[in-house]
Amino acid sequence: MTDISFVRSEMTGASPAPNPTSGPLVWVRKNLFATPSDTLLTLLGLAFLAWIVPPLYGFLIGRAVPPGGTVEQCRVENVGACWAYIASELDFFVYGFYPAAEYWRVNIVFAMLALLIIPLAMPKAPYKRLNAILFIIAFPIASVILLSGGVFGLRYVPTEQWGGLMVTLIISVVGICLSLPLGIVLALGRQSSMPIIKSICVAFIELIRAVPLITILFMASIMLPLFMPAGVTVDKFLRALVGVTLFSSAYMAEVVRGGMQAIGRGQYEAAAALGLSYWKRMGFIILPQALKHVIPGIVNSFIALFKDTSLVYIVGMKDLLEAVKTKNDAIEWASPTQAITGYIFAAAVFWMFCFSMSRYSQFMERRLNTGHKR
Amino acid sequence: MAMLESAGQQPPRTAFYNDPVVRGIIYQVVVGVLLVVFVTWIVHNTSINLAAQGKTTGFDFLGKTAGFPIGFSLFEFTRESTYWQAFLVGITNTLLVAVIAIFFSTIIGFTLGIARLSSNFLISRLATIYVETIRNIPLLLQLFFWYFAVLKAMPAVKDSFALPFDMFINQRGLFVPRPQPDAQFSWIYVAILLGLVGAFLIQRWAKRRLEATGKRFPVLLSSAALMIVLVLVVWFASGAAVTFDPPVLNRFNFKGGLELPPEFVALAWGLSIYTASFIAETVRAGILAVNHGQTEAAQSLGLKDSDRLRLVVIPQAMRVIIPPLTSQYLNLTKNSSLGAAIGYSEVVNVFAGTALGQSGRAIEVIAMTMAFYLTISLLTSAIMNWYNARVALVER
Repeated sequence: MTDISFVRSEMTGASPAPNPTSGPLVWVRKNLFATPSDTLLTLLGLAFLAWIVPPLYGFLIGRAVPPGGTVEQCRVENVGACWAYIASELDFFVYGFYPAAEYWRVNIVFAMLALLIIPLAMPKAPYKRLNAILFIIAFPIASVILLSGGVFGLRYVPTEQWGGLMVTLIISVVGICLSLPLGIVLALGRQSSMPIIKSICVAFIELIRAVPLITILFMASIMLPLFMPAGVTVDKFLRALVGVTLFSSAYMAEVVRGGMQAIGRGQYEAAAALGLSYWKRMGFIILPQALKHVIPGIVNSFIALFKDTSLVYIVGMKDLLEAVKTKNDAIEWASPTQAITGYIFAAAVFWMFCFSMSRYSQFMERRLNTGHKR
Repeated sequence: MAMLESAGQQPPRTAFYNDPVVRGIIYQVVVGVLLVVFVTWIVHNTSINLAAQGKTTGFDFLGKTAGFPIGFSLFEFTRESTYWQAFLVGITNTLLVAVIAIFFSTIIGFTLGIARLSSNFLISRLATIYVETIRNIPLLLQLFFWYFAVLKAMPAVKDSFALPFDMFINQRGLFVPRPQPDAQFSWIYVAILLGLVGAFLIQRWAKRRLEATGKRFPVLLSSAALMIVLVLVVWFASGAAVTFDPPVLNRFNFKGGLELPPEFVALAWGLSIYTASFIAETVRAGILAVNHGQTEAAQSLGLKDSDRLRLVVIPQAMRVIIPPLTSQYLNLTKNSSLGAAIGYSEVVNVFAGTALGQSGRAIEVIAMTMAFYLTISLLTSAIMNWYNARVALVER
């Protein structure tokens, strides 16, 4: 017998633990310090943050005068944002010169808007059709009655007294509600096989898309009165609405056309083979698919429209931007940071609306994206 | 066969008003007549309204003296200049600010777009914050912020902020050194032109050689070398020189240098910052649009990382990026009209604002302003169509 044995008699030493593959340290190494150049970038980024965050914090919170402060507090050397100014003028920023006793009417309209838009935007909420009809037909009528008054014992408030965020929201909601149907009609016209109708739609869309909104607004505010029969005056508010709506509908038409072109030819041919008329083909087969396809694009045009409403300031409308700009020159709150605080506030309001819309469009995009994607 | 023939000879079963062709014609005639009636109605109303206001129409006012000064113009404009010259000043100012903003927004936008795709968490997050903040705030508000809250709040002339390279910023705008090339310097331009021609020839030759032999030639490196050598040789041979005339603070104002008014600075800066966020998104989408299979295929062919990017990813990404990028440039040019709100003398401000008010020719002035933007837009789309036709994938 030999001593040869094929079985080890002693245990091998413990090997070192494997490198951790998870945990905060690994995450930091992988995402921040993977390579030397990565490390350099991270350090640069950190230096940038160290340079920008403390002054920003000091301005917005640290040295800022909170709501309820006095103007004297805002007038000291090296003061931060003057939030007291915003808080004391908030009513003007929201309602403009609307009579204070009638604010409740505006508030009801805001509440109706929220109550109608939220279920409309939620894919799972029931009664979509009823909801849409209420939003497109009942809501505008109720809003006009409530806001301008003059009937049912409500005090008449002329549009000259409307202002602030209220006007921004009205113009954008009306623009959105009118430009979508108008855009669909224009898109159908552009896709039509009738040469005259097609060329009219193409000319309209391309002309509007080629020029800046500001020239359209100038045209609406200067030329629209010239176009009307003598003696007929068009409300200034209405002129701006016409300009914004026409402008936005041209862009909407291109979005809808994109959706219609993305639909396979087979769908058009199948619809025709079923013997459906043009309107039934479009209404039942093509548009439902096309519109669903381009919901993100439609929401993106809404965002653009919402931002563009700020341009009505140039033709003398009193929207949120105008309200802020006017009050920035107000003597009673005159302080070094008055203007900057006002613009930051307006920017925050606009940002909130636009950012939530863009998040919604991303959500819909993910929801509609049923194809496989990396 | 007999049945088909007899069927063909039967009169149509549908009434003529149900025939789609006839219907199409009827619809079009109705729409056309309505449009003509509508336009006639508008023209009629307008002429009555204009007559009531005692105004005349026509483009004869273009030759008349405008009688108003313009704050900022690239060429001589006085009170005695004509409306036509005012239009030209407006156009050049619009194009000037657009070109400068396009330059800066492209640089910032490409950097941010690539940064958003970075594997570095901090960098990509910072870029995302920038894009999501700037994109969702109206441009007009941003311009007001830069102009009224930042530039107007700058210190007075005597305690200007000094920036690097002899630049100063204060309430009256940005003061930069003015480059003063001497007479010999024009030879440098000739050298640059020759270099460009040479680079073009090198590229053509290299492409032909690549197709014939499969050998690659470092086009970019050799073109750059050619350019540098040419410029340096001409520089020393001609004795050209550039002196910089820096702005110097006098008792009341800066003397020398180039003065850029605050309206111009705010508009160029605001447009660059705003458009950069959109360009960043375009660039990001373009790079993401290149199928991952392309990257994998390039890797499996054994290409280096730099070759993979340069030969496979970027050429395909550019095909996706260029069309939306052009439309961003077009948007930027149209958005420069917002300069009217902060008093920059671009075409809407000078022509659709001041000249319209002075001459009272609303229709002509607005039409000319729109025609200017329309021309730019049509030119751009013509170039784009040509480009798209050139780079389009050839599907077999």
